This record gives sequence, structure tokens and C-alpha cells, in this order.
Amino acid sequence: MIVELGHFCLILALFVASIQATVPLIGASRRHLGWMATGRSCAIAGFLLIGSAMAALMHAYVVSDFSVVNVLQNSHTDKPLLYKISGVWGNHEGSMLLWVFMLSLCAAAVALFSTNLPPALQARVLAVQGMIGVGFLLFILFTSNPFLRTDAPPANGQGLNPVLQDPGLAFHPPFLYLGYVGFSVAFAFAVAALIEGKVDAAWARWVRPWTLASWCALTIGIAMGSWWAYYTLGWGGWWFWDPVENASFMPWLVGTALIHSSIVVEKRDTLKTWTILLAIVTFSLSLVGTFLVRSGVLTSVHAFATDPARGMFILILLMVAIGGSLTLYAFRAPKLQGGGLFAPLSREGSLVLNNLLLSCGCATVFLGTLYPLFLDAMNGPKLSVGFPFFNRTFVPLMVPMIVAVGIGPMLAWKRGDLRGALQRLWVASLFAVVVALGLLYVAYGSHVLAVLGIAVAAWLAGAVVTEWAERVGLFRMSLGDSIKRAINLPRAAYGMSAAHFGLAVFVAGVSASAFSQEAIEVLKAGGSMKLAGYDIVLQNVDRVPGPNYTADRATIRISSGDALVATLYPERRFFPLQQQTTGETAIRTNGIADLYLALGDADTAGNWTVRAYWKPLVPWIWIGAVIMAFGGMVSLSDRRWRVGAAARSRRAVATAPAE
Amino acid sequence: MVCRRHGILAGFSVFLLALSVFAVEPAERLPDPALEARARVISAELRCLVCQNEAIDDSHADLAHDIRVLVRERLTAGDTDTQAMQAIVRRYGDFVLLRPPVKPSTWLLWFGPIALLAVGLIGTLAWLRRRPAVAAQPLSDVELAALDRLLKDDS
Amino acid sequence: MRRLVALLPVGFFLILAGYFAWSLRPGYDPHELPSAMIDQDAPAFDLAALTGDGRVAREALKGQPTVVNFFASWCVPCRVEHPLLMRLAAQGKIRLYGIAYKDKPEDSNRFLAQLGDPFKAVGIDRDGRVGLDFGVYGVPETYVLDAAGHIRKRFVGPLNEAAVNKELLPMLRQLGGS
Repeated sequence: MIVELGHFCLILALFVASIQATVPLIGASRRHLGWMATGRSCAIAGFLLIGSAMAALMHAYVVSDFSVVNVLQNSHTDKPLLYKISGVWGNHEGSMLLWVFMLSLCAAAVALFSTNLPPALQARVLAVQGMIGVGFLLFILFTSNPFLRTDAPPANGQGLNPVLQDPGLAFHPPFLYLGYVGFSVAFAFAVAALIEGKVDAAWARWVRPWTLASWCALTIGIAMGSWWAYYTLGWGGWWFWDPVENASFMPWLVGTALIHSSIVVEKRDTLKTWTILLAIVTFSLSLVGTFLVRSGVLTSVHAFATDPARGMFILILLMVAIGGSLTLYAFRAPKLQGGGLFAPLSREGSLVLNNLLLSCGCATVFLGTLYPLFLDAMNGPKLSVGFPFFNRTFVPLMVPMIVAVGIGPMLAWKRGDLRGALQRLWVASLFAVVVALGLLYVAYGSHVLAVLGIAVAAWLAGAVVTEWAERVGLFRMSLGDSIKRAINLPRAAYGMSAAHFGLAVFVAGVSASAFSQEAIEVLKAGGSMKLAGYDIVLQNVDRVPGPNYTADRATIRISSGDALVATLYPERRFFPLQQQTTGETAIRTNGIADLYLALGDADTAGNWTVRAYWKPLVPWIWIGAVIMAFGGMVSLSDRRWRVGAAARSRRAVATAPAE
Repeated sequence: MVCRRHGILAGFSVFLLALSVFAVEPAERLPDPALEARARVISAELRCLVCQNEAIDDSHADLAHDIRVLVRERLTAGDTDTQAMQAIVRRYGDFVLLRPPVKPSTWLLWFGPIALLAVGLIGTLAWLRRRPAVAAQPLSDVELAALDRLLKDDS
Repeated sequence: MRRLVALLPVGFFLILAGYFAWSLRPGYDPHELPSAMIDQDAPAFDLAALTGDGRVAREALKGQPTVVNFFASWCVPCRVEHPLLMRLAAQGKIRLYGIAYKDKPEDSNRFLAQLGDPFKAVGIDRDGRVGLDFGVYGVPETYVLDAAGHIRKRFVGPLNEAAVNKELLPMLRQLGGS
């Protein structure tokens, strides 16, 4: 019964979304306040309806209602509760429901928190979101309905893939989808602005919080997925340039460019057509990613069970959404008024460079992901594009960008003094050189690229600190004055510094993987091996039962000299229902380096293969990502967003002088 | 063990193989560390054909194991790195290479992004030079006062 | 000029959508991997036969178009395609040889005893090395060799009626087989 109610709510949501997609739009062009206001009520109603549908499906999973096909295919009574709940979105139909749920959440948020938007703009934004909602609800109801019932429910379900039964992976999709779908708000703002024919600093101010919030969510979502891969897969790999990973990375790259580009629109009233295009492209990449994952045209470990019919439906959605918005852009963008000029060497110039490099980086990932498909479609040879390609093409593009991140904030708007900025960065440069020399000494001249990477990261960290020090006048005025300045700095400035600093930490973590060491041995109980100055002893292996698996758990002691450093318990788990074996690694981290242990197979004599890795700076990859997201959230909390552009423009009007 | 399955199970079982466990077995490693290092470098460029986008070193699939062994055999027999890789490519085609070869059919892939960057830079510079910079006129007193007020508000 | 530049994104997207639509066409399997050895000599091999004392070698296959099927007792789709192979062999339409890939001889024998033996001879490829030489990446796979011993086609996965009628038999006819 609850399931049917959920189904009904979804159908109702489709009708509500249809109203949301049309009435406010007409109201905006006719200046009819009542019709424009329906956008808000529809958005909130849609959120409540889809939320109820989501709750209904979740309920079916929690009580293990196997008459629902979706639950039957993806759940089992033995599954722990957490994974029953996360199993809701661990399959195609459920994840699509999560998608529209996030969409309705964003629409409701716009309806509730953007009261200071001009009504016409808000109406158009909500209408565009309604259109997207209609498209996806149709898709769900016609091709991917999670509420379908079966006449002959079996006693138990087919279970969830054991690899997905993990807390990290349980929460990775919600964050990811919040990021993907959140960019639909920026998209809606862009389309609304094109319809209105006006883009100004106020628009950029309104868009920025939504873009920032989506970006933070996407950063966390990607970082979670990567971290999960790291501790699950057993050899410490954390990124594979897999098509689905790339599909999440591309919107992130362009989303970052969008955030920076909108800053230029806001401060200097220029780069408007470019920013609008970026806003459209970011969400378009999310949509293309959805297509790639669910249509079967690309092969990936992440891909859901695929179906060309679904693929065709999504492709039509893409044609309408992306084709439509880009056509609108082609006709309306040239009419947008251009803005201020700036010298190439200026803060705007460095932001343009940032945008160019990020966009080319995105183009690299795009080409690398889709090229095999293109060639195949033209009856060309079958190709693979993997790590070696991206190392040679993507990384060289990012290095100048990281350098620009350090120099850019030190340049003034309109016309900057590059030489002056570089001179003021002497401390950062010195720091980088010292770090490089130190590492070279340790590494004896090998791993030169890794050393370069860490040196660049060190330089960026120094540059961020230098920029902050300049802003607060450190060493130029008294300490008390500096502290006062530091406290009064707007939060957005701290957000920027934190995000850029997080990038430096991340780059250092990535570069240091060249320095990792490994030891792989077949050990019997009591056997030991050495790694990076540690002694690793396999004490014994016990058989331990779990809720839906049996595990072989090894007890491994790690010591340095005489001191015991840690006792770790890597496992091999066997899931009888799916007849699969997975590994559970054991990691000991001190925030600076990871000791990573994985248990391999046993041989016939009862000896076990033990794999141990020492990975310096690897935790910084995820710590860096978290700092970046934290910086974004600090920026978001800046009071100026909440004061709103309307208040500012009122004040500006009051002070405008009579000519 | 690799079986051909279609549809849902294809992605499913491949997914498992890729994740079921790990990399080079102790028994596979060559006694000569220089040869083993070369084998590792070559392996990083070879795709595990029954997993997605993973190198053979990162997969526990039987086929990955077989190819790892073949690479090491060729190296021990005296092949150069290129010859050893060619032995695999001869059997499985360019698809097994994780780094696509640079041929006319892949020029767009390899040089596209850098060409795009060049176009973008040139376009930006052209756009920046479209109008001569207007000489700034001095501000009136009223404008100066408004400027003062704004500066105190803003940061 | 601005208008022209503004049309680039939508133009690019239309091309992209065209590719996507083309790749969704029915009958196209993105997972399919064509053999890298088409039109080349089949790799040399000389394996012990499953039954009897003889050998199964590439030289013996020359002279007439031949079909070589890689199978294993532990492979489920092989069981699915086996009745089709039996029927083809019984009708005398193909000259079929088998290679038992990574299988214990007793298991292969039991497989054939259960489901029937359509093969003229079966070679034992215990460690899969011959499979590796052919470029096999899973079982079942079926290769068509011409009279000179060149590989002309590879079928990946279990054979089905459609593939046999539309591709295998016509190709054999074209090569001059029975």
C-alpha cells in the first residue's frame, strides 16, 4: 500500500512539475505576479511529493518487501540496515529517484531561500528546473520505475553486491548527486538570464551561492568515491580515469571555472557570455554523464545494468535540454552587453587563464573518455585510453594552472603588476626550492616529476599564505592592527585561501605516490617481512563469521625496532549468497603516511599472501579535497550572500549622485 | 577464470573480478630486480582486457596473470621493452595498450586539447585588443564622495 | 562573427548527439573486440589430443576451411552453445576442432560425455598458452580458419542461430567449405 502511495506521489509530482515548467514562464513574460508565484508553490509541493516517494521506497527496502521488483533485485533480509537503506540508490531505478529527489530539493531551496530575487527571474529559474524535472520524471515513470510489483514474491531477495556494502560507498551517491543536480540551478539561472536578455553583477551574485554549494557537494562526493576505492581495492589505487569517474570529474572542472568566471562578472561586469556558456556546459556535462553511465555505450566497472532503450530516452532528454539551451544561447548571447576591459596581466587575466586551462583540461578528459566511442562509430580500430594518456596530457595542463592559482590573487584588478607580484612571492619560491632540495636529497635524483609536483605544491601553499599576509598587512603595520584586519577580512577571502591551500595539499598528496614502497610476500603464521623501516609480522589467521559473510581475519603486528606501532586486521570475506570473495584492507594512518595491508589468497599449505604498502602523503589527497570543500563552505557562509543584492542596489541608488 | 556472459552479468562479474583482489603474485616476480622493474613499467601500459580501464598489474583476473607471465617470459628471453609489448599487441590489438598510439586517427585525441588551448589564448588576446583603452577622466567631487562611501562598505 | 562563434557550441553538441545516437543502434555491442589476427596465420600449436595418443596441430588443420572452438567444462555459456555445435557437426556442415582451455582432461572428457562430442579432435591447452597466442580473452570463442590456415573471423561468446546462419555458414561457403 505504501509502495502504491509512493508511486502515486511520483505521478502527481510529474503533473506538478509540468505546471511548474509552464505557468511561471508565461507569468514572467506577461508580468502576472500570481502566475509567477505558482513556481514557488509547485517547487515546494514537488519536493514533498518526491520526498514521500523516496520515503516509500526506503520503507519497502527496510521491511524487505520482496513483492517490489526493485527490492527483490537488490536487497536481502540478512543485509545490515544501513545497507538496506543505501541499497535504495545502489541500483539504476533507485538512483534515478535519488536524482529527481535532489532536483526537487534544489528547486524547493531556490523557492524558499531566494526571496530577494526579482519575481520574474525566480519564476523563470523555477520553470527551467520544472522542465528538467518533467523530463526525468517521465523517464522514471516510463522506463525505470522502482515501484513495479511482481506477482510471485520469493522468500528472499538477490542481495546487494558485497563490494557496495560499505559505509563510505553508502553515502557517496547522495553527495555526488547533490553536486551534479545542484548545477542545474546555475543552468536554470543561465537560461533564465538568456530569456530575459540581461546578465549583470547582481545575477552573478545570486548564482554564486548555488554554484558554490553544488561544487562543495561534488568535491566531497568525488573525494568519497576515490577514498572508498583506495581502501577497498587492495593495492591503494584511488583513480583510474574510468569513464564514470571522468563523467563526475568533468562537471567539477568546468564548475570550478564557473565559480571563478562568475567572480569576474560580478566584480568587473565582463566575461558574461562566457560565464553563461559555462553554466550551461557544467550541467550539460552532468546530463551527458548520466547518459554515459546508463545507456551502455561505454563500458565501465561503475555502469549500471544498461539498456539502449533507456539510452535513447536520455538522449532525447539531452537533445531537448542541452540542444535547446545552446540554441537559445546562440541567438541571445550576442545580444548581451559587453562590459569592462582589462589588461591581459591582471586578476581578470589570470582568471581567464584559469578558465582556459580548466576548460582545456576538461576537453582532455572528454576526448580521452569518448574517443574510443567515436573511433568505433566510424568503424575505426578499437582503442583504450588509460592512465598513461592522461598523465601526458592532463597533468601538463594543470601545472601552469597551479602556478596561476598562486600568482592570480596577488594581481590587481584591471591592470596588475606581474613583476611586483612575483617579487612579493619570494618567500614562497624559497620555500619551494628548500622543499625540492630536501626531497632530492632523500630521493637521490629519482622521481624527479614527483619532486617537482611537491615543490609546486609547496610554492602554492607559500603563495596562499603570502597573499593573506599581504592583505592583513603583516610585518607592515603593528601586530594589533594586523590582527584587527585579519578578523575583519570577509569570509569569502578566507574561503578562497582555504580552498587554494587545500589544492596545494591535494597536489602534494598526488605527487608523493611515486615515493610509495611495497612488500608482497607469502607468509606462514609467525612469518615476517620488512617495509620502509617497519617489521611486519603475520601472527595468525582466524575464521570469523559476519552478518552475511564468513571472513578470514589476519592479525598483523607492525613494529618499528622494539616499539609496537600498530596491530591491524585485514580480512578476506566470502559472501555465500553471491558466491563472491572480497577483501577488507587494514590501514594505519598518522595523517602523513599510510601503512596499508591487504590479505591475499592462501596457498594449499595454509600460507597467506600478505601485501603491505607504505604510502607517504596519500592521506593528503583526501584531506586536501576536504579543505577545498571547507573553503567553499566558508565562502558560502559569507554574510554578503544573505544580505542579498537587492539591499545593495537600493543603497547604491540612494547614493547615486545627480549628474 | 573468465567466462563470457552478456547483459547484466557482464558488468557484474567483470566488476567483481576487478575488485576481488590485487596485483602481482609473489611467485610471478622475476628474480632480477632490473628485469622486474622493466616488467612493471611495461605492465602499467597494458590493459586488463576483462576489467575496465585497469592495468594488468591491478587485476586478479586469470587473463591478466597470463599476460603478466608472458611479458616476463619475453623479457627473460632477451626482448627489448618494445618487442615484449609488441608480442602482446600482436595478439590483442591496439586495444590492449592503455596509451593510444599516435597515428593520424588519434591526432585529434593527442593534440586536440593543446590546439584548443592555443585557439583559446589567441582568441582571448584578440578579444582583449578589440577596443583601445579609454583614457580615465578625473572624478568629480560628488563621485569621489560616493567612492569613499563604497570603499568603506566593501573590502 | 559573434553570431558564428555563438553557434559553435550547439553545432558541436549536435555532432556529439549524432555519435551517441549512432552508437545506440541495435546490434551494436560496444564490448565486442575484433580479433587482432584477422587474415594472419593462425599461431602454431601442437597439443596432446584429449582422446587417443595423437596430437592436434595447426598443420593438420590446413587444407580445408576449419572452425576451431575454445571451450571449458567450467564455462556455463559453453554449455549453452554446445547443442548448436552438435547439430552443426551432425549435419556435416562444418569441420570442427576443439581446444579445451585451462581445463583438466578428465573434466573435459566428462563435459563431452554429458553433452556429446561434435569435434573431429580436441587439443588440451592446460595452461591456456595456445589461447593466449590466439588472443583469446575468455571462453567460449570460435575461430574460422581458411584452407591456408589464416584466421578469418572470430566469434566471441556463445554462438547463436543468428550468428551461425548469417555469418558463420556464409563465410564457410565463401571459403569453399562444405
